Amino acid sequence: MFGAGGGTSSYRDAQETDLVVLWGSNAREAHPIYFHHVIKGVRRGARLWCVDPRRTSSAAWADGWLGLNVGSDIALANAVGREIIHAGLVHREFVARATQRFDDYAASVEPYTLACAEEITGVPAEAIRELAHAYAGAPRAQLCWTLGITEHHNAVDNVLALINLALLTGHVGRPGSGLTPLRGQNNVQGGGDMGAVPDRFPGFQPLVDPAVRARFEAAWGVALPAVPGQHLSLMFEAMEHGDLRALYVIGENPADSEADGLRARRLLDGLDVLVVQDIFLTRTAEMADVVLPAAAGWAETEGTVTSSERRVQRVRRAVAPPGEARDDLAILVELAGRLGVDWGVVDARSAWDEMRALSPMHGGMSYARLEAARGLQWPCPTDDHPGTTVLHERLWADPLEGPRAPFVPVAWVPPFDPLDDEFPLRLTTGRTLDSFNTGVQSAGYEPPIRRGRDLDLSAVDAARLGVTVGERVRVSSRRGSIEMTVAVRTELPSGLAFTTFHFADDADVNVLTVDAWDPKSGTSEFKATAIRVDRLAALGETAR
Amino acid sequence: MDLHVGPDRPSPAERAAVDAVVTSVGRAVAVEGERFTRGGVHRAAERRHLLLPALHALQEAAGWITPGGLNHAAEALGVPPAEAYGVATFYDLFATTARPATVVRVCDDVGCRLFGAAAIDAALAAGGLTDAERHASPCLGLCDHGAAALVQRVGARPAEVRAVATATMPVVEGGAAGRRLLARVGRVDPGSLEDYRALGGYAALTRSMDMGPDAVIAAVSAAGLRGRGGAAFPTGAKWRAVADQVGRPRHVVANADESEPGTFKDRVLMEADPFALVESLTIAGLAVGAERGWVYVRGEYPLARARLEGAIAAARVAGLLGPSVAGCGRAFDIELRVGAGAYICGEETALFNSIEGYRGEPRNKPPFPTTHGLFGEPTAVNNVETLLNVPAIVLHGPEAYRAVGTAESSGTRLFCLSGHAARPGLYEHPFGVTLRAVIEAAGGVAGGRSLQAVLLGGAAGTFVTPGQLDVELSFEGARAAGVALGSGVVMLFDDGVDLHDVLVRMARFFRDESCGQCVPCRVGTQRVLEWLQTPSPDPAVLDDLMSVMTDASICGLGQTATSALRSARSAGLTLRERRP
Repeated sequence: MFGAGGGTSSYRDAQETDLVVLWGSNAREAHPIYFHHVIKGVRRGARLWCVDPRRTSSAAWADGWLGLNVGSDIALANAVGREIIHAGLVHREFVARATQRFDDYAASVEPYTLACAEEITGVPAEAIRELAHAYAGAPRAQLCWTLGITEHHNAVDNVLALINLALLTGHVGRPGSGLTPLRGQNNVQGGGDMGAVPDRFPGFQPLVDPAVRARFEAAWGVALPAVPGQHLSLMFEAMEHGDLRALYVIGENPADSEADGLRARRLLDGLDVLVVQDIFLTRTAEMADVVLPAAAGWAETEGTVTSSERRVQRVRRAVAPPGEARDDLAILVELAGRLGVDWGVVDARSAWDEMRALSPMHGGMSYARLEAARGLQWPCPTDDHPGTTVLHERLWADPLEGPRAPFVPVAWVPPFDPLDDEFPLRLTTGRTLDSFNTGVQSAGYEPPIRRGRDLDLSAVDAARLGVTVGERVRVSSRRGSIEMTVAVRTELPSGLAFTTFHFADDADVNVLTVDAWDPKSGTSEFKATAIRVDRLAALGETAR
Repeated sequence: MDLHVGPDRPSPAERAAVDAVVTSVGRAVAVEGERFTRGGVHRAAERRHLLLPALHALQEAAGWITPGGLNHAAEALGVPPAEAYGVATFYDLFATTARPATVVRVCDDVGCRLFGAAAIDAALAAGGLTDAERHASPCLGLCDHGAAALVQRVGARPAEVRAVATATMPVVEGGAAGRRLLARVGRVDPGSLEDYRALGGYAALTRSMDMGPDAVIAAVSAAGLRGRGGAAFPTGAKWRAVADQVGRPRHVVANADESEPGTFKDRVLMEADPFALVESLTIAGLAVGAERGWVYVRGEYPLARARLEGAIAAARVAGLLGPSVAGCGRAFDIELRVGAGAYICGEETALFNSIEGYRGEPRNKPPFPTTHGLFGEPTAVNNVETLLNVPAIVLHGPEAYRAVGTAESSGTRLFCLSGHAARPGLYEHPFGVTLRAVIEAAGGVAGGRSLQAVLLGGAAGTFVTPGQLDVELSFEGARAAGVALGSGVVMLFDDGVDLHDVLVRMARFFRDESCGQCVPCRVGTQRVLEWLQTPSPDPAVLDDLMSVMTDASICGLGQTATSALRSARSAGLTLRERRP
């Protein structure tokens, strides 16, 4: 938020708050650890609201569920903002002292009346009004989101629309009040923090800042490029244009996880060199020229991970990795040696100490302190700093410390892949409790609660299509077509279909999805695909 | 919430029965079109207290609580089905396995077994009722009528059958001080608010409004009113503590779960003078600042339930309950809750759990109800008889009230005469009366036989021998003599009674009624029963059991379950098993 890529709150703030909004997040299944904290908060009296096209298992816990049309989040958020303004529920003191561009924002949301938002989102105006009043009226409130917000072609605008609401109500920078993007893995946060983003050094320090660059150049004794690198979506574009000919993939399975999967595989196939470093032989690894067997991050390697609450925690090696597998750090050091650079003896601790010498927000996080404190939350710049449970408390300091937080007006635009007579159903993809992404780490066992292979349809659509539960159907989008099995689920409103991408071998769902991506984040619009469903019989095909 | 409901579905009748309970407040998950739903744990929590009424509705609809019916109630109220099942199986009046359409529950408790309970059961069997259609029952609170039964029928509320074995009809009498609590009993039409008013009803409510809450509580304290449920806690102090919880929602509860074997006083009051309870509870509610009053009446009292429902409805129509009680501008209303056959629910915190839709298991104290009672909110819970003392205090002042009784025990006391009393019934005497006088007022022992023992205070009370009849019946007198007034039970046993059989029945009663929550009580009540049924038991074992149960049980049930047995032994009563 406001320059640093991390949630402003701690898990404890979900327990000690008055309202939690899960917007585009099925945390019950996709973030079960965080949801435990939410449940504790709810048990202590906090209200829970869910904004999600599906009535998810998280929504089953919610005081209110708003089932908006896929991709209509900005219209809904702006209507909530407008209602807060018109109902006189703006936190005037906070807005006046700690923010800027309120007038621009107020003008930008003025067209988003409740009636207008009902038209765009499909959510009754009264429900939108209730959410606005509940959020603005709560003494403390958490606004959380996940991929339902960010897997869109306008992901950053979606996030900004939510941040605007927090600024409007003062629900940021205080205990119990904050903005919380939930991270889908134990170390997504840590990956970004460590500089695994194209334009940042560790600690979110901008690559383009000459002073920052100079420090890293001095420490490493090499000249560093001043031009940011490419994110995944740009890389695939570069492959398409023939500008990118070699790819080194560490712990990622883009052949299954990329939107418009047929295109992704075609481009990976056309590379001169593909190197894959992973703990399993993924579909991407099967395409590779070289496969480097890696150790698992959990139990087989030393190091740290960073959670959604910015807490850096130690992980320890408990067992030796099997066979020739080595941990990622050892492979990288060895690779550097083969390329003619001797990095000397590097272990997890020495790499960490080097990093924290260069990243001010990590400066005080020695291994000894991390172990003693059972993890520390950044920023923790010095050895005597206790870590930071709530970010941006400065916004409440009197006088204000640092710059004002700006409102950023954003406008709603529909999803990239439009519905029409040929592709009339909206398909959105997501995750289930027992599976993990493309199934690399979870497909090897078969828990009794497993589901998600099917194409979930509402009863209304199933009846309209004349399909029955268990029937094989052909599912087509503007990019491709696969066969799937029909399930009927009550949590889906009519017009919406859902599936996961956990089972690429059974249902190659990303053949259908669209690779339209957000130029600001590089994320593809997995959440909004226009599809049609045809009975195999009608197509003259025979079921498998 | 993660509700995992099985595949069983309700019948149309069961669905309708539950929906009738839930309709007024809506289901736990309210689907408002395809795009908006209300639900969540808070909405479900607000409806949880409807679980007990919903279970009653299911029981009455099908004669037992079917899996499909239970699933429907669980879904409608947002209660996990396993929890709903746990609540359903807690109560004796609910069945969770298939049962005949009609079940006759014949009381075979200590009172009724003196008057042919076994013969009635045999007669029912001879008349063609199967084992499944007959069910032994603990005390039904009809001890003044002799052997009694409760009939449960599909499609109907339970109804009681007052049996015929006794020669005499029960009496209701005032003692030397005349009738106070019983003033209107038998004289007022229990269905008529006008009649109640004509006999002085609601004068006290008017007077209490003139006095104001603080003065009412001060008067109750000055009158020295103490609880009649058994614990004898000063009522004024309890009310003061609740009234002091300013800013929090408060409750008053009338404990009408009169289940102590041998006790029927509250039933008579509620059946014969129901408006008196409504008025008294209203005075209490306004005094402590509560807007909600609850009457928890045991499920075995269908007539009392019906009379109270009528009285509450009539009071609402007359504006004596509702948003502005008698036009005073303050809100107060009463909700009637019906138990389902669980002695333990007379314990105040178990009663709260029962109303709230949980198993009726007592809570640890502290915190006490005055700060954390019903729904965790400050609550004044009083026995029916206690509450019915209040109007007289308000109307005539504490001095007049104290003019009767003893120094520490002011006012009068109701005594439930049963067993071999010549004229069983409900008697009102001033505190301080001797047990001998109470027995004599009831005509002594029936048939002129000699007295073997008196059970004083109920199953959780004490045995008194013929040599102890001059004990003074007051709180201080009972304490000095080491006997228990309890709930006013005076059950006479003539010299023909097998007291060992009585003790075994009482031990079985406590074994059956222990909620099972704490080990000393759950295991101890079973072991005491086994001890009594052992041919030559070791007295040291019983002493150990009794001290563990008394010292370590969570609530009064386990603490007093051996009180009568202990007193019988120390009084040297003949306890050997008699064989014919």
